[in-house]
Amino acid sequence: MTARLLFRHETILAILTVIALFVLSMLSDKFFTVDNLLNQGRLMSEVGLVALAMTFVIVTGGIDLSVGSILGLTAILFGIFWQSLGLPIPLAMAAAIASGTFAGFVNGLIITRFSVPPLIATLATLALYRGLAEGISQARSVRGYPEWFFFFGQGEVLGVPFQLWILGICTVIAAVILAYTPFGRATYAIGANETAARFSGIRVDAVKLWIYTAAGFMSALAAVIFVSRVTTTRSDMGTGLELDVITGVVLGGTSIFGGKGTILGTALGLILIQALKNGLALSGVKGDGTIVVIGVVLIAAILIGAIFDRNRGG
Amino acid sequence: MTASTAAAAPIGRSNLQRFVGGYGQEIVVLLSIVALFVVVGAINPRFLSDTNINSIFAGNAYIAVAAIGMTMLIISGHIDVSVGSLIGVIATIAGTLAVSGYPIWVAWLVPILFGIAVNAGVGALVAYMRIPSIVVTLGMLSILKGGLISATGGEWITDMPPGFMIAQMRLFGIPSAVYFMVILTILAALFMRYTAFGRAIYAVGGNMEAARAAGLNPERTVVGVFALHGLFAGIAGILFATQLQVIQSTVPPNLELTVITASVIGGVSILGGTGTVIGSTLAAILFACIGSALIFLNVSAYWLRAVLGLMILATVLADMIRRRRVL
Repeated sequence: MTARLLFRHETILAILTVIALFVLSMLSDKFFTVDNLLNQGRLMSEVGLVALAMTFVIVTGGIDLSVGSILGLTAILFGIFWQSLGLPIPLAMAAAIASGTFAGFVNGLIITRFSVPPLIATLATLALYRGLAEGISQARSVRGYPEWFFFFGQGEVLGVPFQLWILGICTVIAAVILAYTPFGRATYAIGANETAARFSGIRVDAVKLWIYTAAGFMSALAAVIFVSRVTTTRSDMGTGLELDVITGVVLGGTSIFGGKGTILGTALGLILIQALKNGLALSGVKGDGTIVVIGVVLIAAILIGAIFDRNRGG
Repeated sequence: MTASTAAAAPIGRSNLQRFVGGYGQEIVVLLSIVALFVVVGAINPRFLSDTNINSIFAGNAYIAVAAIGMTMLIISGHIDVSVGSLIGVIATIAGTLAVSGYPIWVAWLVPILFGIAVNAGVGALVAYMRIPSIVVTLGMLSILKGGLISATGGEWITDMPPGFMIAQMRLFGIPSAVYFMVILTILAALFMRYTAFGRAIYAVGGNMEAARAAGLNPERTVVGVFALHGLFAGIAGILFATQLQVIQSTVPPNLELTVITASVIGGVSILGGTGTVIGSTLAAILFACIGSALIFLNVSAYWLRAVLGLMILATVLADMIRRRRVL
C-alpha cells in the first residue's frame, strides 16, 4: 500500500514536471533546446550530488544543514593545498575530498555518539565549517588553476557535460542502494521507527555514521566540480546550498519525518526546481524572484502532502 | 526553574545550591563574560573603554531581543531559521515608511505588526497542518530574502527623520537599545515564569500530548508563541533599523545563526521544555564580547564564526552528556 502511495506522489510529480517543461517551452523558445537543457543539467549537478546523500539522511529522519559549509571548506582546502602547500592538483583534490568526507564523519559522530539532534548538530557544524573556511582563507580567493583542471566542471564527454555523467552514475548507484540492498532497507527502518530498528538488530549508529559521512563526501565532490566550473575558490561558496538541496528532496516526496522517500522522487524534484528557475529567468523574472518561487513551492509541496496524509488518516 | 534540573536535585540541598543548580548555564555564561572582560582588559585596556563597552551592549541589543523570542520558540519545541531575513524585511519596511513621511509611530508599529502576522501564519501552518517548523521557516527564509532583494533592488535607505532613530536615543547617557534589552528580558522572564501562557510554553515543549491531557490547547499555544516570537523579531528589527544612519535593505548575514546560537548557549535545551530568556540575553552579550575581544587581541575577525560554531558544539555536547548522567 505504501508502495502504491509513493508511486502516486512520483506520478503526480512527473506530470507536474512535464507540464512545467511544456509551459516553459511555450513561454520562451530558448528553453527547450538541447544546449539549454544540457547546460541546466550542468548547473544542477552540484545540488544534485548532495541531494542524493541528503535523501538518505532525511529518510532516516535526520537532516544535514552543514552541506553548504562542507562544500565551502573543501573548496578552500583544495585551493590552499594546491597553492600554498604546492601539492599537485590530483593530490590536492584527493586530500580536499578526504577532508570534506571527514567533516561529514564528524557530523555522524556527534549525532550518533552523543545523541545530539541532527538539526542542532549540523547547525553548529554549519557555523564551524564555514568559520574554518573563512578563517583559513582570510576571505582571500584562490585562482589561476591550470587549464586542464577545468575539464571537471566545463568539459564534455560524448557531447554531455562531464559532471552530468558523474551525477547520472551516482544517481543510479544511490537508487540501487536505497531500493534494493539491506543498507537501504535499514535506512527506511531507522526512519520509520529507530527504536524498533535497534531492537530488530539493525546497527543503527553504524548506518547513520555511513550516511552522514557520505553526505560529507558528496558535498566535497560537488565542491571540486564547483571550483572547476567557476575557476575560482572562495570561502562563501555553497552558502545556502542546504536550502536548495532540502527543497529538492522534500519536493521529491521524501517525508521530513523519515521513513519515506525515493531517489527517483528526488531526481524529479530537482529537475522541476531547475526547470522553474531557468524558465522563470528566461521569461524575465530576476534571480531573487526565483528564490521566492522556490520558497513558495517548498511550503506548498509539504502542505499538499500534509493534506493528503490527513485525508488518508481520517 | 527548569523542570529537569529541579527534579534531579537531591532533597536537602541548601537554597544556594538549588539556585546554582537551576541556573547553572546562566551562571557559566555570566562568569565567562566577566572572565573575558578581566583577561582581555588586562591585555588591552582599551577594551574596557566607555566607547567599546557602549558599542558592545548597544550595538548587539537587537540580537539579544530577537533571542528572547527565539528562546521561547525553542522552549516550545520549534525553531525559526528565517528570523534574520524577517529582521531585514522589518527594518526595510520601517525605514521606507519613515522616509515616505508617515508618522513615526506608524513606521515603528506597522513593521512590528507585520512580524507578528507573518509568524502567526507560520505558527498556524506548524500547529494545525503539522508541518515541521524547520521546513516552513526554510521556505519563509527564501520568500522573505528573495522578496526583500527583488523589492528594493538592494538600495540603501538613508535620510531618515531624527525622531525615528529610537535605538540611538539616550537616557542618563545610555543608549535606549540597552534599556530595551534589559527591560524586555526581565519582562519576558517574569512572563515565562509567572503567567499561565508562559508555563504552557514549557509544558508544550516538554511533552505535547501530556500538555493536551492536562487541558491545555497545544495548537493555540504554538501559534501564540510564534506570534510572540514575531513581536520580539519586530522590536529587534526596529532597533536594527534605527541604530545606524543607513538601512542596507539586505539580510544581515548569518543573523539567524547568531540568534539561535545565543538561545542554545544560554541554556535552552534543544530538545525543548527547558531554558530561560535571561540565559539567551547573557549569551548574546557574550558573543558580542567575543567578537569585540578578537579585534582587541588582533585576531582576524574571520575566525569569529568558527569560534561561534565551536561554542555551540561544546555547549550542546555538554548538555547531552549532563542529560545522560542525569538519566
